[in-house]
Amino acid sequence: MSSIKCECGHLNPEGTDICQNCGRPLSTEEKSKKLADMRYDGAAIRSKTHKRTVVDKIWNFFSSVKVGVSIIIAILVASAIGTVLPQVFYIPGGGANEAQAAQYYEDNYGIFGKLYNALGLSDLYGSWWFMTLVGMLGISLVVVSLDRGIPLYKSLKNQRIDRHPSFLKRQRLYGEGRVDDPDAVMKKAAEKLKGQRYNIREKNGALLAEKGRWARWGPYVNHLGLIIFLFGVMLRAIPGFYVDESMWIREGETLAVKGAPGLYLENKGFTYDMYTQENTDEVFSEAIDRVGTVASNYQTDVALYETPEGALPGSTNAEFVKEYSIVVNKPLKHEGFHIFQMDFKLDEISAMTFALEHKETGESLGELTVNLANPEKEYDIGNGAKVELLDYYPDFSGFEDGEPQSATPVPNNPAFLFKMTTPETPEGETSFVAIRQTLEPLGENTYKLSFQKADTRNVSGLTIRKDKTIPVIVLGGVIFMIGVVQGSYFNHRRFWIRKSEDGKIQVAGHTSKNWVALQRELDAVSDYAGLPAYTDQRDKEAQTDKMEGDSRS
Amino acid sequence: MNLVDLSGNLLFVAFIAYLVGTLLFGGAVKGSKNEASASNKRWGKLGITVTIIGFLAHLGYFITRWMASGHAPVSNMFEFTTAFGMLLVGAAILFYFLYKSPLVGLFALPIAIVILGYAAMFPRDIQPLIPALQSYWLTIHVITAAIGEAILAISAVVGLIYLLKNIDLTKKSKERAWIEFIMYTIVLVLGFIVISVGFRAVGYEATFDYVDKNGAPAEVVYHNPPLFGMNEYSAKTEGTMEPLAEMPPIINAKTLTTFTWSVIAGTLIYFLIRLISRRRIAELVKPLAVKANSKLMDEIGYRSVLIGFPVFTLGALIFAMIWAHEAWSRFWGWDPKEVWALITWLFYAAYLHLRLSRGWEGRKSAWLAVVGFAIIMFNLVAVNLVIAGLHSYA
Ligand code: HEM
Repeated sequence: MSSIKCECGHLNPEGTDICQNCGRPLSTEEKSKKLADMRYDGAAIRSKTHKRTVVDKIWNFFSSVKVGVSIIIAILVASAIGTVLPQVFYIPGGGANEAQAAQYYEDNYGIFGKLYNALGLSDLYGSWWFMTLVGMLGISLVVVSLDRGIPLYKSLKNQRIDRHPSFLKRQRLYGEGRVDDPDAVMKKAAEKLKGQRYNIREKNGALLAEKGRWARWGPYVNHLGLIIFLFGVMLRAIPGFYVDESMWIREGETLAVKGAPGLYLENKGFTYDMYTQENTDEVFSEAIDRVGTVASNYQTDVALYETPEGALPGSTNAEFVKEYSIVVNKPLKHEGFHIFQMDFKLDEISAMTFALEHKETGESLGELTVNLANPEKEYDIGNGAKVELLDYYPDFSGFEDGEPQSATPVPNNPAFLFKMTTPETPEGETSFVAIRQTLEPLGENTYKLSFQKADTRNVSGLTIRKDKTIPVIVLGGVIFMIGVVQGSYFNHRRFWIRKSEDGKIQVAGHTSKNWVALQRELDAVSDYAGLPAYTDQRDKEAQTDKMEGDSRS
Repeated sequence: MNLVDLSGNLLFVAFIAYLVGTLLFGGAVKGSKNEASASNKRWGKLGITVTIIGFLAHLGYFITRWMASGHAPVSNMFEFTTAFGMLLVGAAILFYFLYKSPLVGLFALPIAIVILGYAAMFPRDIQPLIPALQSYWLTIHVITAAIGEAILAISAVVGLIYLLKNIDLTKKSKERAWIEFIMYTIVLVLGFIVISVGFRAVGYEATFDYVDKNGAPAEVVYHNPPLFGMNEYSAKTEGTMEPLAEMPPIINAKTLTTFTWSVIAGTLIYFLIRLISRRRIAELVKPLAVKANSKLMDEIGYRSVLIGFPVFTLGALIFAMIWAHEAWSRFWGWDPKEVWALITWLFYAAYLHLRLSRGWEGRKSAWLAVVGFAIIMFNLVAVNLVIAGLHSYA
């Protein structure tokens, strides 16, 4: 790689704007500027020097802040578009069925909804292009941090104390002038700056006061945090890192926990509580009057069982682990699995009781109870009568080609096809029984099954999650916060003071941010040590303010 | 006096103090030659003292209400907005002491007053917490996020001052139109307050039956004349006005009606002001801003984003994720409220990068700061009332 030799004799890498040794401007562009470009202390940045190969071009693309900001804005706009209509995972049914989802958008939001869904905006955050944007953000963060962080680090580490007068002159805060006793002024300035907790270094009649350099690494630390965070999110794609299941469990049932092999859960009861005037503090009474019912608690009491380690697959000798009450905001935690209270259904039918009656006399031969979760094939009524359950339709939705249909396996609208056999009707009679409906498909019957009662129970909707990426995500978040505080609440400040042979003193100041505060510090030093007056070479208005005769603080 | 009454009275004291504080800061700015000298004058000192008294009373409201209800008063629209107003004043006090500029107070207080007025239009009774909100993470998350937003909002306040000072209002320009538009939106909020108070004073109420979007029958009570009717509405109250149009089920016609009334009232007020003063509102306000030191305003704006951004990140994203992880089983779920917090965050990240690397200072960053505040307000108002996802306040 070629290099540039400065007048001072220092060899700088190609692309350096400001000599890394003495601080003279090197590039023609830099020379034409009135003020030094101090962003990376004038160090050579890869993206500014390598422009030939494809790799260079890609590198330069991602290291450009213009591109970075464009990516941020693109993600911002896309995210906003995704909130216009509910995303597909928030609509009833969760969009598991595409045709149904399409129907939903069209029914509820008309042509606009149809278009929104057809364009894929209803699943925007999961779309390939959105993920690509986020991926590009990640790449950009990696590239920009390497591109600028390394040269900046090198340049700040090797700072020379006695920079060239032209370097000082080209700082934003600058002053020069003759003083009576330059040595005394320098000494007092150093003293005062030390009091302001500056780190002072002196050499050849020049002084460099510096503090808060570490704040300059803030952006790199926070970018690193973001990179780790995004990496953590990516890990979810690896099987086993992320479990997300949901299940319905009825009161009294014991079921294998979905997605968590070896774990079993027993639902000991679901509770749904509401605030009432009686059970709550008086201060709430007005609100309860106005709003009506307000839920206060959803709770599933469970017992957790686990098959011992090394047990044969499918063996059922699970051991009791613990009892727990799962409420909203307080999931059951076990071995990295979290089980949440997410949903519920009250009063689902669990069993139906019928009486076998003679249609004319109304005389009952006995009763049978069908347990919907576990229906039997045949019920012996006694007195020589029996009822066979030929078929069961938990969620009867009508007939199709003469066949009864069930929309779902959930007993929302149970229907049965029974065969009744009595001493009077040894051939058997077939009856189709649904709620408020009885059909006799094979001709007039002598007997009927008349509905007596239904037992109900509540159903809890639970969600099971396991997320092994959490530690990575947390690490990323913590590092981001450290970096962002480091870069925002602290700043890197430097003063250069230099005396020349002819008794003149030059003073210059630079800060990564917060110039008014820097100026206040310099004012204090000037007052104490009698430094020459300085100006903010970037700000004309400040000067006119001063000329109006009013000193700022 | 019980705690709830005490709490209400303290809030009223704060409100009055902010009004008085505005006048005092106005006096400080008016009576001084420029920015820097104003804070030293007696008016400036009085202004900040009264503002602090108001803030302490406001804090008293917050604490006593917390004690009365047993949970942090940030759980519905009234409570959250009121708390946001308080934190905005707190942030203005912080920046007063950092930079001794009475102008920040002069512009922040009226905005806080408008925010409090807006908050007061929502039901003020103390509500018990629904299960999803019963978590201390909610408290930590909402309060931290609101502090972050309040600090970020200061950048919009000084941005507005910067723009009022630096935009030439005598010449027609896009900037002049936009700054007037900002003034107009503030007047719209006043319009909302006026119609709410007005119709409440006459006790207007109209009840309708309608069919909600799930096809179930429901009832709605309007507190202002129903310009728009809900889906398949039928009036239950005699002699109310017939809605001009019926809305499809996904649109909340009641909210739309209130919005329309606010726009009508606000626009009337706006034209009244212009008719009487024969000036743009921006021109009326400009004299208060001309003494500002632009560089100082620019720096305060940048500084407030720098201070607010980490706090906002912590509260609105990190604590939110921890809470979501506990409550809903995932730390991120793309619900609208979450997404708009992300959008706010991305926006301020863009602000910082544009400023740092592309030199967007002064006017450009002042405009960005104003847009940032608009995004925060959008998240508070529109997302809650219109897009209402899982978080649904109000
Ligand atoms: C959402 C994503 C991002 C966040 C939250 C973020 C955050 C930050 C913050 C807080 C700063 C410090 C700003 C200041 O002190 O004023 C910063 C600096 C910076 N960021 Fe980012 N950033 C993000 C993405 C990017 C991207 C994609 C790029 C790539 C082009 C980038 C390039 C830079 C650069 C070059 C700096 C200045 C570094 C220095 O002064 O040494 N950032 N970033």
